[in-house]
Amino acid sequence: MSSLSVAVEDGLTITRRNLVKVKRVPELIVFATLSPIMFVLLFRYVFGSAIPIQGISYAEFLLPGIFAQTIVFGSTITGASLAEDLQKGLIDRFRSLPMAPSAVLVGRTVADLALNALSIVVMGVTGLIVGWRIRSSLGEALAGFALLLLFAYAMSWLMATVGLLVRAPEVVQQASFIVIFPLTFIANTFVPTNNFPTVLKWIADWNPVSAVVQAARELFGNTAPGLGASDTWSLQHPVLYTLIWSALLLAVFVPLSVRIYQRTASR
Amino acid sequence: MSVLTPSVACMSDAILVEGLQKRFGSNTALAGVDLTVPEGSVLGLLGPNGAGKTTVVRILTTLLQPDGGRAEVAGVDVVREPDRVRAVIGLTGQYAAVDEYLTGFENLEMVGRLYRLGKRESRARAQELLERFDLTDAASRPAKTYSGGMRRRLDIAASLIARPRVLFLDEPTTGLDPRSRQGMWEFIADLAGGGTTILLTTQYLEEADRLADRMMVIDRGRVIARGTADELKAQVGGQRLELTLGSAAELADAARLLAPLAAGETRVDEQTRRLSVPVREGTDSLAEALRLLGGTDVQVLDVGLRRPDLDDVFLSLTGHAAEDGSDGEGATQAPVQTAGSAR
Repeated sequence: MSSLSVAVEDGLTITRRNLVKVKRVPELIVFATLSPIMFVLLFRYVFGSAIPIQGISYAEFLLPGIFAQTIVFGSTITGASLAEDLQKGLIDRFRSLPMAPSAVLVGRTVADLALNALSIVVMGVTGLIVGWRIRSSLGEALAGFALLLLFAYAMSWLMATVGLLVRAPEVVQQASFIVIFPLTFIANTFVPTNNFPTVLKWIADWNPVSAVVQAARELFGNTAPGLGASDTWSLQHPVLYTLIWSALLLAVFVPLSVRIYQRTASR
Repeated sequence: MSVLTPSVACMSDAILVEGLQKRFGSNTALAGVDLTVPEGSVLGLLGPNGAGKTTVVRILTTLLQPDGGRAEVAGVDVVREPDRVRAVIGLTGQYAAVDEYLTGFENLEMVGRLYRLGKRESRARAQELLERFDLTDAASRPAKTYSGGMRRRLDIAASLIARPRVLFLDEPTTGLDPRSRQGMWEFIADLAGGGTTILLTTQYLEEADRLADRMMVIDRGRVIARGTADELKAQVGGQRLELTLGSAAELADAARLLAPLAAGETRVDEQTRRLSVPVREGTDSLAEALRLLGGTDVQVLDVGLRRPDLDDVFLSLTGHAAEDGSDGEGATQAPVQTAGSAR
């Protein structure tokens, strides 16, 4: 067997293992499905009742934003799960087996990609019920979902690296919330950024999450003429900017996390 | 169980370690360890927490890189060709490394697949091992519901799935209740009987005694003694007579009266008013001790015979107790009588 087919096969074995866990741990299903539903409903009716968006309904403005926020939060599962495997000695076992060194990380990130896809489907259906509409072509809509998942996958590898370094699942979860909350809120996720203070507006404009959201809005047709995005390059070319970020994250964190994995052992 | 290799090794060595060194920051975990384990034999690596046992296992199982020295498993260098080493070893670490959310069967099947046994063979081996380790009834339950003893058994089963030539067991019974420990010993003895080479680490002399052909005691990253169980115990002085007295003032008198029975240095603990005398004759010594003390003012509250444990081995080999990391470094090297060393 070539080393690539070995890596694919081992990666699939680990993916299967991680998906079995999703099936058997109710909290994970809740995290992946119920909480996104709750967020869609809360934001749609609480913020939506107070924030008028020019040209489109708040539900249409909101959904691309909440897709992005949920998948970015979803990446913390990658980090926390790896830290848990490390803590329980499972990484030691895997590292003593003649398997591909990338398999544990590939299996983890692919399983989390599946979980993210599930979250998006659940949120999409909930969104459609409360007034979200896709106003673009099928191809564009699919591209929108694909772009969201690509960014989610790249974020998973970043969090994989964090999880292997931090080694404590609770710490991974809590520490990353401190970073991820501002990351997803100092952005165009839930409100237009026009009235942000100058510094925050600058951060929001170049925040990759803003670009992901803007790209999704454009690909789902959830934009309106009056709702002009900032004229920064990042938001004028949100798809390209998102692709660049995703490529960058993957190029740095895939090799880095595999390298760390090969040297790590529980203590 | 008699693989007492003379200095000319006629069998090949399944494990060969020379001058192994490892530092963690400024802390020296291994300060030059040598060991050999002949094919088909069991080596018991004995030592207290932090002695370096687990570090040896981790280097040999390719989880850690050594800073110096050489290590070969099944004739393959662990640093240069870790993948070839991984294909022929099995590892059971200190914590049962099983996936709690998978069933027992799924755990074993997964590990089989990762050893590249293929689907059919992985499943057949999983079934076989579940039977052998008395887990058939629990095969389709998630490992989360298993008791500590069952998890350990599942963990060992996982490390055996690809029929490894060399098996590493890192404190396989730590944390188990006495009954599970007994059961585990039977399984390990069975494996050894089947010809698997085993390196076993333990904190319990009794465990090494029961399972290992040869033992090696390490302390602070150095080998301080090697030999068979009997050889080590001869050094420690067999059983100990332990007495608790009515008052501390009587300790010296009692020690003097019992001196004829002592096979080594008598230990006195003022705080607990206890006296510990190494003896040779077991129950005869006990009867004799009671006779000697009978006519005197010494008040004996409690008396008993105890088999030597790791603490006794340590005290007699190093002059400090197993858990005591504080006293003289020099003492660790002084009384090394490498009884029956393989090299």
